[in-house]
Amino acid sequence: MFRNVAELVELAESQGKKISQVMIEAEMEVSQRSRDEIMQQMYSNLDVMEKAVQRGLTEDIRSHSGLTGGDAKKLQEYMKNKPFLSGTTLLGAVSMSVAVNEVNAAMGTIVATPTAGACGIVPGTLFAVTEKLQPTREEMVNYLFTAGAIGYCIANNAFISGAAGGCQAEVGSATAMAAAAIVEMAGGTPEQSAQAVAIALKNMLGLVCDPVAGLVEVPCVKRNAMGAAIATVAADMALAGIKSVVPTDEVIEAMYRIGCAMPTALKETAQGGLAATQTGRQIEAKIFGVRLDTP
Amino acid sequence: MKYKSVFDIIGPIMVGPSSSHTAGAARIGRVARRLFGRKPALAQVTFYGSFAKTYQGHGSDVATIAGILDFETSDLRLKDSLNIAQNEGMEVILKTSNVLTEHPNTARVRLSDEKETIEIVGVSIGGGKIEVLEINGFTCQLGFDSPTLLVLHEDRFGMIAAVAKVLTQHRINVGLMEVSRHDRGSRALMAVETDAVVSRQVMEEIRKIPYIFDVSLLALAD
Repeated sequence: MFRNVAELVELAESQGKKISQVMIEAEMEVSQRSRDEIMQQMYSNLDVMEKAVQRGLTEDIRSHSGLTGGDAKKLQEYMKNKPFLSGTTLLGAVSMSVAVNEVNAAMGTIVATPTAGACGIVPGTLFAVTEKLQPTREEMVNYLFTAGAIGYCIANNAFISGAAGGCQAEVGSATAMAAAAIVEMAGGTPEQSAQAVAIALKNMLGLVCDPVAGLVEVPCVKRNAMGAAIATVAADMALAGIKSVVPTDEVIEAMYRIGCAMPTALKETAQGGLAATQTGRQIEAKIFGVRLDTP
Repeated sequence: MKYKSVFDIIGPIMVGPSSSHTAGAARIGRVARRLFGRKPALAQVTFYGSFAKTYQGHGSDVATIAGILDFETSDLRLKDSLNIAQNEGMEVILKTSNVLTEHPNTARVRLSDEKETIEIVGVSIGGGKIEVLEINGFTCQLGFDSPTLLVLHEDRFGMIAAVAKVLTQHRINVGLMEVSRHDRGSRALMAVETDAVVSRQVMEEIRKIPYIFDVSLLALAD
């Protein structure tokens, strides 16, 4: 099994394989299950993701708190009716990422990628890029294995949850995972996938986890939106041949160090950042009747 | 390596909103339930750290209770678990604590009925993965990704060898083994993660070893 992104890329390039194939074979070895079983499990994940995207884009989603919901639909309407500025794929990825995260906030069914708080970015980019690249269903599943391989490296060398490492660990990981997967689906090399990871994650470094009232809603939904945008642009940059000066694994290590140095108030405790703003505290008091910063 | 499978990263399929505070909490509850072996009369849950601060918004309370009701992380009944528990006559006591814990998402779950009480401490480490750090006062570090055999025995020589011998005879490979005891010579808990599922027959054979009090098998595959 590969231990970091460098080893993953080395494994893939020395054998002339895609990252997704290396991940599938590693999973077969570790789990002692057949390729078929593993593929089937990922197909199930893909089905759940697709339903979540569809729900978010078409249904009237509203979270229990009322803080989030309906923005994905708004974006779709806007894209249909106005001459929007960013491209179809980019804004499509943003709207679908928002869709899935809104479904999550409303306690709908989603696939954690790598977490529920960041569950919009991987499926959102996948279904948007799919409209452009027209992949087969199997290639869509491979997208998830490539994303998973990168997430596996980040999870084992740093962290993937906001409580452990801030939003950079959560939305940051999902963004990096999506960037690598887009590159592979677009025909890029494993090395270009790794570059996309570095470019994407660099732009997430230092991002704190400061959810208002402790809910996975504000700013999570909008951070999923921007995660999808960064992932898509980072993939394009890597596909253009742009390289990160700092190697990918060192960027992951930097993310880890920053996360360790981050104060607890900024790691999903609803004690700092946006959660501690005047509006944040007002929302909190309204929802729970108490402020979360009182002991 | 804390994360062993691609499905730790792309997964689980779950009811939102938080993999650590909802899915992870549900899994901690479910470990307790599986360990208890039946529906308890009373479930006492104490949340620490981020769990204590934000459990309402994440549904950590309903998720933990859903786990105690043996629901999966993707079960849509998760949202209504408190009502379901009430209808099924399971009493629920929820507390929060300011005591500092090493991990931000820590929960203590105590299940009991007139016959028995068990207590575990679990932490949710991210992406829905959990680690159980304490079982009935015995320290451990178990993820329950693989079938895990729990053997309660007297703390004396030869116990590990005796259990290992039975597993060897049945060609069961051990992935991880942990032994924890209260005091020297008192009771000890042996946890064995195996690659293959341990059959009822194998468990019976282990149970017959002298100085073994209890044997249970716990798997948490979704």
